[in-house]
Amino acid sequence: MALKMFQAQIKLLRFLFLLIVIYGEVEHVYGVWPMPQQITQSTERYLLNPRVFALSYANDSMAQSGCSVLDVAFKRYFKLIFPDFAHGTGRDKSLRFEPFTLVVSVRTGGCEGYPDEGSNESYNLTVSARQAALRAESVWGALRGLESFSQLVYQDDSSAYFVNKTEIEDYPRFQFRGLLLDTSRHYLPVNSILSTLDAMAYSKFNVFHWHIVDDPSFPYQSSTYPDLSNKGAFHPMTHIYTQSDVRRVIAHARLRGIRVLPEFDSPGHTLSWGKGQPDFLTPCYKGDVPSGSFGPLNPTLSSSYQFMSDLFKEVTSVFHDSHVHLGGDEVDFTCWKSNPKVQAFMAKMGFGSDYTKLESYYMENILNITAALNKISIVWQDVFDYHEHIPKDTVLEIWRGTPAEIRAELGRITLAGHRVLLSAPWYLNHISYGQDWRNAYTVQPQNFSGTEQQKELVIGGEVCMWGEYVDATNLVSRLWPRACAAAERLWSNEKKTSSVERAFPRLKDFRCTLVRRGIQAEPLFFGHCKHEYSGL
Amino acid sequence: MTSLIHDASAALTERPSGHTSQLSEQGKAVRMRALTLLGLGTLFLTTSCKDSHIDNLEERSRLSDEVSLWPLPQQFQTSPVAFKLSASRFKIVHAPGSTAGPSCSLLQNAFRRYFKYIFGYVNEQGQPRSRVFDSELRELQVLITSTDPECDAYPSLKTDESCKFAVVFLTAFVVVFVVLGLETFSQLVYEDDYGVNNINKTSILDYPRFSHRGILLDTSRHYLPLKVILANLEVMAMNKFNVFHWHIVDDSSFPFLSRTFPNLSQQGAYHPYTHVYTPVDVKSVIEFARMRGIRVIAEFDTPGHTQSWGKGQTDLLTPCYSGSSPSGTFGPVNPILNSTYDFMTSFFKEISSVFADAYIHLGGDEVDFSCWKSNPDIQKFMEQQGFGQDYSKLESYYIQRLLDIVSSTKKGYMVWQEVFDNEVKLKGDTQIHVWKMNPQYQDEMARVTAAGFHTLLSSPWYLNRISYGQDWQDIYRVDPQSFNGTPEQKKLVIGGEACLWGEYVDATNLTPRLWPRASAVAERLWSDENVKDIGSAYSRLEKHRCHMVRRGIPAEPLFVGHCGHEYSGL
Repeated sequence: MALKMFQAQIKLLRFLFLLIVIYGEVEHVYGVWPMPQQITQSTERYLLNPRVFALSYANDSMAQSGCSVLDVAFKRYFKLIFPDFAHGTGRDKSLRFEPFTLVVSVRTGGCEGYPDEGSNESYNLTVSARQAALRAESVWGALRGLESFSQLVYQDDSSAYFVNKTEIEDYPRFQFRGLLLDTSRHYLPVNSILSTLDAMAYSKFNVFHWHIVDDPSFPYQSSTYPDLSNKGAFHPMTHIYTQSDVRRVIAHARLRGIRVLPEFDSPGHTLSWGKGQPDFLTPCYKGDVPSGSFGPLNPTLSSSYQFMSDLFKEVTSVFHDSHVHLGGDEVDFTCWKSNPKVQAFMAKMGFGSDYTKLESYYMENILNITAALNKISIVWQDVFDYHEHIPKDTVLEIWRGTPAEIRAELGRITLAGHRVLLSAPWYLNHISYGQDWRNAYTVQPQNFSGTEQQKELVIGGEVCMWGEYVDATNLVSRLWPRACAAAERLWSNEKKTSSVERAFPRLKDFRCTLVRRGIQAEPLFFGHCKHEYSGL
Repeated sequence: MTSLIHDASAALTERPSGHTSQLSEQGKAVRMRALTLLGLGTLFLTTSCKDSHIDNLEERSRLSDEVSLWPLPQQFQTSPVAFKLSASRFKIVHAPGSTAGPSCSLLQNAFRRYFKYIFGYVNEQGQPRSRVFDSELRELQVLITSTDPECDAYPSLKTDESCKFAVVFLTAFVVVFVVLGLETFSQLVYEDDYGVNNINKTSILDYPRFSHRGILLDTSRHYLPLKVILANLEVMAMNKFNVFHWHIVDDSSFPFLSRTFPNLSQQGAYHPYTHVYTPVDVKSVIEFARMRGIRVIAEFDTPGHTQSWGKGQTDLLTPCYSGSSPSGTFGPVNPILNSTYDFMTSFFKEISSVFADAYIHLGGDEVDFSCWKSNPDIQKFMEQQGFGQDYSKLESYYIQRLLDIVSSTKKGYMVWQEVFDNEVKLKGDTQIHVWKMNPQYQDEMARVTAAGFHTLLSSPWYLNRISYGQDWQDIYRVDPQSFNGTPEQKKLVIGGEACLWGEYVDATNLTPRLWPRASAVAERLWSDENVKDIGSAYSRLEKHRCHMVRRGIPAEPLFVGHCGHEYSGL
C-alpha cells in the first residue's frame, strides 16, 4: 500500500516535472517550418558545441565526401546551425562537451545532377544523444532534412545551443512548390534573386519560376538574338542577365535543391521583344494604315515560328529543367483584329472571326516546338480555356478567379486529365493592411469536386510576386514571411496544419529565424526578435 | 536674368566681387507674403542676381520635370545653359561676409554630406588633367546674413527655412539656409551622357507652405534600431521634413531609458539592454536631427497606451476589477492617486531636459474607460468629484493636472484630438493633432481652428495602412486647409505629419514602406497649394525616388520602370 502510494507520488512528480519541462520548452517544440509530416519530440535535450559538432556521411551512404551538393550544404548549414560561431572563440575548452555528429546517409547518388520533377525529397531524421541520423533517398531529401535539423537547434538565454530528442519522418505533400519572380517590370539584381533562393530553401520551396521577360523589358541576354536585350532591356549593360548570371542563378538554385523554370511568355506580353526583333510583333492598324503601335506576336508569319524555335533551342539548353513555361495569358485580340493581313490569314485558315482559334493555332505550334526539344510545357490557364487540343502532358497554371471559379477550373482541367498548378490565391504582390498571411495559409488546393485521380493531378502551386510595384528595395520584406504560409500549405499535411492560430506563434518564431539569417522578413504583428534586423 | 548671364570665359577668370544683395521688388513682395503667411521671425536672405521668377505653373512644372526637384520650390527659373562640376575642383565654401564660418560644424557637416551626395558615386579620379571645360561651376558659396547664424541652436517652429540661390556665374553660387538649400542644389545636379556632373543655370526662391512637416515613427510596437532612425532622419532631410515625432513608448514596450525611473525600461522594454534607447542614443538622434534642421518631438502618451509603463512603476496603472476583486489586469494610468502626479512631475522634468524642443507631445488618445468603471476606488472618486457617470470628465481631470505639470517645465504641448474633443481646458498655444478619419477630419479641423487652436493633420496620412497600387496619389491629393473656415482659421493649420505606426512595421520593412509615399506628404506640406498635378508629380517623384535609391535608401518603386542605379543594399 505504502509502496503503491509512493509509486503514485513518483508518477505525479514525474508528471508535474514533465509539465514544467514542457511548459519551459514549449516554444521550441515543433520549431520546424513547414511542419513535418510526422514529428515527435521529447523534452530530453542535448547541449551542442560547435567545436565538437560534425556533419558527416554515413558509411552506407551513396553520397560521400566530394558530393558537391552536400559538401557545400554541410558548410552552409554549419553556419546556420551556429549563427554566433563566427564571433565565438574557443575559450570554453575547460567545459566538457559531448561531441555530436549529424550523420547523413543517401540511398542514391546524383550529387552532380539537377533537381527535377520526380526528385525524391523525403527524409527521416532521428536526433538522439551524441548523434543525429539523417536518412534520405536522394541528396535533395538530405537538403530538406538538413534544413529541418537546423531549425531544431535553438539557443537558451546564455546562448548555449540545444537540440531536443526528436524523430521526424517527412516528405512533401506536393511535388511542385514554386515561387515566381518577375524581372521584367522591374529589374532585380542577381543578388536579390540569390537571396530569394536562400529564403526559398529555408521554407522548402523547390521551384524558382523565373518570369524573366515581359512587356516592359527584356533583360535576358540571348546569345542567339543579342538585340533582344540590347534594345529591349531597360539598359543594355546594367539591366540584363548575362549567360553567366543565369548560370549562377541555376547553380545557386541547384545547390539548394531548387529547379529553375524559365518563362518566355508569348504571344501576348511581348512588347519588349519587338524592340530587338523587327517584324516580330503584329502592327496594329487604324483604319487602313498602321497606327505605329504593336500588338501581340505576329502569328501569321513563318518567320515568327522560326524565331521562336531558335530562341527556345537556346533557352532549353541554357535551362536544364525538364519543363519550360510558355505563358499564353492575356492575349489582347484588338490589334490582330485591326490588321488586314491577320484578317486575310484568318479567312485562309477558316477561323472565321474567332480569334481564339488563331491564338490556339499559335500555341499549338509553340507547344510542338518545345515538345520537339523534349521539354514539357507549362502554360497559364487561358490556354486551356481557349483550346481543345493541347498535349496531355501540358501543365496548366491557374492564376485568376474567385474561390468558386478556381474550384470549378480545377475540376475542369483535372477532368480533362491535365496536371495543374495553383497560384491564384497566392498573388503576394497584392497587399493589404493587416495579417493577410492568414488568407494564404487557409487555401485548400485539393478542395474541389472531383475523383481521387483528379485530386492527384494537382501537383502543387506557386507564390507569385509580380513586379509592378516591387523591386530590390521592397521585394524581400514583401515576400517573407508571407510566402512561408504557402510553403507550409504546399509541404505539410493539411489536417495537421489547419489552424491559423496554432501556426501564428510558429510562424512568428520562424520569421525571427529568417531575420537572424539575414533575410529581411517583415513582422507578423507587434513584438520583437531577440536579434533584430540590422540592415536598412 | 539675362543681364546677369556673363560671358563664360570672362566669368571663369572673374569671381564675383561681392554679394551686394539686391532683391527685386517682385521677389520682396513674395518674401513679405511668405513672411506674413507663416508668421516667420527673422528672415535670412540674400541674392546675387535679380529675381524674375516663373509664375506660369505649367511652365514651372515642365521645367521641374527636367530637373526633377522634390518638393517643388516656390519659385524658380532655369535655363538650358549648363555648367560642369568637377569632383576635384568643386568646393562648397563660406561666402565672404557670411556670418557663419568654418567653426559652424552644422554647415561643415552639411557641406561634406552634400559633396558626397553630388560626387560620391563617381569613381575615384586619377590625377586631374589640366583641362578647362567651356563652363565650369567651381564654387558654391554659402552666405548667412543673420547676425546670429544659429549654428548651435535647435531648429524651432519659427526657424525660417527660406532659401535662395542662383547659378549665375561659373564660379559663384550663393546659398542661404543651407541644409535645405544644399538639398535642392544637389537635386539640380545631374549626370550627362558622359557621366559628367552638370548643373543648369537656375534661380530659386523657396520657402515652406507649412512650418510643421513631420514624420511619426513608433518605437514601441516594434523596436527600431538607432541606425534605422538615423537613416530615416537623413531621408527626411532629402524631403525637407523638419519634425521627427518620436512615438517612443506605448502599450507594447517602453524602450526609453529614463535616468529617473530606470525600472521603466528595465521591466517595460522588450529587452532591457538590446531593445532600449539610452540617453546617449537619444542625444545622438537629437543631434543628428539638428544637423539636418529637424526638430525631435517626443511623445509620452498617457493616460491610455501605458501598459508597458506599469511593469516598471507599481501603482501607476489602474487595477481592473472583475466583480468585487481585482482581475489582475490593468487599465489606463490611475488618475486618482497623488503618487501618479508626483511620478509624472519627476518624469516630465527629466523629459523636458532630455528633449530640447519647445514642444512635447502628450498623447491623450484612445482612453478605454471600462477598467476605470470596474474599479470601486475610482467610482468613489467620481462620486466625490461629482463627475456622475461621465468618465471623460475623469480623463479631463487627469489631463488638466498633467498639463499643469508640463506647463511648469516651460514646454509647450501637443495633444491628440480627443483632448480637445473632451473639452479639456488648454493653453492657447496648444497644438491639436487631428488623427481620426471618423468624424471627418475636415470638420474636426474646422472645429479646432474655430476654437482658436493651432492644428496639424495626420488622419489621411497613416502610411502604415497599405493597399495595392499607387496609393501615394491619394496621399498627395489631400490638402490640410481644405475645410470650411475663415482665412484666419486656415492660418492656424501649422502643417501635418505622416504616421507610420508599428503594428506591422520594423527595421525589415520600414524604409520602403515609408518612402517615397511620405514624399507625397512632403510636397503637400512644402510646396504651393496649386502644385497638385498628378502627372507632373509622378514624373518628378519617380526621379526623386531614384535619387533616394542612389543614396542608398531602399525607397520602393511607384510603378513599372527602372532607376539608372538600382538598389543594391540587401
